Amino acid sequence: MNLRTHPAAPRATSLYLDSGGRPIVVVTGMGVVTSLGQGKAENWAKLTTGVSGISTIRRFATHGLKTRIAGCIDFVKVEPFSSTTLAERLADIAIEEAIGESAIGRKGDFPGPLFLGLAPVEVEWPQREEIALASGETGTIDYDILLRTSASGRFAHVHARYLFGSVADHVCETFGTKGSPISVSTACASGATAIQLGVEAIRCGETNAALCIATDGSVNAEALVRFSLLSALSTHNDDPCGASRPFSKDREGFVMAEGAGALVLESLEAARARGARILGVIAGCGELADTFHRTRPKPDGKPIADCIRKALIDADLTIDQIDYINAHGTSTVENDKMEYLGTAAVFGDRIRKIPVSSNKSMIGHTLSAAGIIEAIFTLLTLEHQRIPPTINYDAPDPGILFDVVPNKARDARLTTGMSNSFGFGGQNVSLIMRRDLN
Amino acid sequence: MKKSTPERRETWITGIGIVSSLGDGLEATWRALQTGHINVDETTFAPWMVHPLVPLALDAQIPKKGDQRQMQAWQRIGTYAAGLALDSAGIKDNSEILARTDMIVAAGGGERDLAVDSAILTARGGGNSGPEMLNERLMNDLRPTLFLAQLSNLLAGNISVVHGVSGSSRTFMGEEAAGVDAVRIAWAKIAAGQSEIALVGAAQNAERKEMLMLYECGGFNLKEKMSPVWSRNGGGFALGSGGVFLVLESRSHAESRGAVPFARLVNVVSAHSSRSAAGGVEAVLGGLWEALEIEEEPSAIVTAASGASPAAAEESAFLSDHADTPVRAVGTSFGHLVEAQFPLAMAMAALSISRGELFPSNDPSGFEVETKEKPSRVVAIGVGHWRGEGMALLEAIA
Repeated sequence: MNLRTHPAAPRATSLYLDSGGRPIVVVTGMGVVTSLGQGKAENWAKLTTGVSGISTIRRFATHGLKTRIAGCIDFVKVEPFSSTTLAERLADIAIEEAIGESAIGRKGDFPGPLFLGLAPVEVEWPQREEIALASGETGTIDYDILLRTSASGRFAHVHARYLFGSVADHVCETFGTKGSPISVSTACASGATAIQLGVEAIRCGETNAALCIATDGSVNAEALVRFSLLSALSTHNDDPCGASRPFSKDREGFVMAEGAGALVLESLEAARARGARILGVIAGCGELADTFHRTRPKPDGKPIADCIRKALIDADLTIDQIDYINAHGTSTVENDKMEYLGTAAVFGDRIRKIPVSSNKSMIGHTLSAAGIIEAIFTLLTLEHQRIPPTINYDAPDPGILFDVVPNKARDARLTTGMSNSFGFGGQNVSLIMRRDLN
Repeated sequence: MKKSTPERRETWITGIGIVSSLGDGLEATWRALQTGHINVDETTFAPWMVHPLVPLALDAQIPKKGDQRQMQAWQRIGTYAAGLALDSAGIKDNSEILARTDMIVAAGGGERDLAVDSAILTARGGGNSGPEMLNERLMNDLRPTLFLAQLSNLLAGNISVVHGVSGSSRTFMGEEAAGVDAVRIAWAKIAAGQSEIALVGAAQNAERKEMLMLYECGGFNLKEKMSPVWSRNGGGFALGSGGVFLVLESRSHAESRGAVPFARLVNVVSAHSSRSAAGGVEAVLGGLWEALEIEEEPSAIVTAASGASPAAAEESAFLSDHADTPVRAVGTSFGHLVEAQFPLAMAMAALSISRGELFPSNDPSGFEVETKEKPSRVVAIGVGHWRGEGMALLEAIA
């Protein structure tokens, strides 16, 4: 039986504890897939040379849509296409890389729980049309007909696929994670929340290792239309690579994108005990919900600021110790402004001296996966001592005084980085990562 | 292998908010349970049935009409029930505590616009099926507010906006398992000293054809005639409308503010089980019972059993090992609330403990027996229709 109780891990000795007396949480494996490509190496090479993964959508017809560009992952095929099935496939790819690098456990036997960030799941148009077609009706097709037809027993696959837990269930069985797999949906912060859940599980001694993953395959017509109706998307259709323009004066929306990222987290003690290579430390997590509005941050940026402060306190660090910020940086007019105001409220004048990049300028907004992909890129930034640029940064917004690393990568000495995620529903999460243990 | 026992902080349940087909709030719910009343609608969706929500005076918990309009029914139900839980715990409008209250919501997704879906399917069935037509209809017919109301995490978002809960906000997805793990993680955080107080729960609107359709694809809906959970012989579940939220709190935090607890939450455990092998559910329940580290037979078991096959039969086989312990399946009276079903079983266990009596059985099959014993120690059991097993141990606070 795959059972998880609380807690299971041995108590760490002081060598392996942080200043708060908690087990230090380290990263021993990473995997990533975005529109830039598959794997850390390809993503990092393109990210640091300013390549954009945004292109004209080819997966489905875009006639009549205001936005016809996205960061689609077309090199991974699933048939028949479904956002949930693509998300699952992307998760598998990212996890294989992360577990391969970590060399933890045995194949199909991961020694810890699964925390999976995922977009909400629902029956999609191809499946709805499959049931409608099976009804044999040629006139009006309403839900009474769909409901009666679904009772035929021929659509058990629809039930199994479109349960909200289906992706986590599959991943749990494929990779042999322990205990009940947890799917988390905190909008565009989901990936960061998945990491946070893993950190907490290790810190409270429930486990020595956790598999944290977030995945999103949401580029379909209806999802695109929904964001479009919220006026959230860029309509730079003629220049896909130039469409995502975080912190620029002429930014006008984000670009939807797909991707997945996976992290193997371990207690430092467990990682050391098995001789694992340590890729970085998750030093602190901060979280604070914004109560102002369903989609808009509070105008004074206070919840964002307090979220960042909580992360600093959790990591036991001061503002002077943050060397780099991987911004949420969606490229919408309001989000970028509020992120700056909230961040500046914490860092004061120092904000002008901390280099900032938004990976979304190149990979677009990977939505539920963004938090974990950008955390991975932050760790790679620390590892390589090289800051990926924010491309399309030709006309800075004069109201945003970040040191946005413009258009070309910058070498720098970096010890500590922060990655921010802010999503609909007031979901704010900040993560602080360190390169070294001390 | 026996796990090393950690130093766990004591966790109390200090707030319960509930609305369902049986009533609005704890008093109404308890009264309905005493009378054996079952509120089920067998006609609107016939041959399927649902337990419809009782009418709510929404203004009492969601004062702004603008907020009410921004939500779909499931979000209104949940936001209302969350407000009741905060009231029950005595922290409603206490901005200092709410600003550091952690929240975990177990959620499915929002309702579709059935008219739009039908119009598109009808038009495409009529031969006018170019992709441009789908795009055009979606652009013209979808409403932006509906999108927000469909996002799983927006129930939590609405609770933050309406009630000011902002310590943290996490939404778990995954049907019954999400409800179990929401409670388990909230409890584990408090037990480990990572949190002092948490709001945890879920909500469901059962009166939705597209949700009936999803479960009907798998053949899980009870049809034709209502019957108690233990008499269904694999007939399935009747979806129930309702919202259930609990306030969990460290003992020290609760005592420092003079909170009156319903019960102590001693332990919560969960498991992932594959349903591919017969007997899997029964074996998992046996393992969970052991993991619960229960010292002596409890005075009662309250189960979130759905009535779906084969889980219900395997659960009753497991329960036959505890034949002397009175059992109550909340599904008979409330229906199946999916994500909210395990929190519901816990709420009814805690309520029974605090009232010093187990609620009466509502089961002509004779599986559930009456008892006069004071429920000082109660196990809540969660068994998902497809996956999602868990258990919680609750005790009276002397």
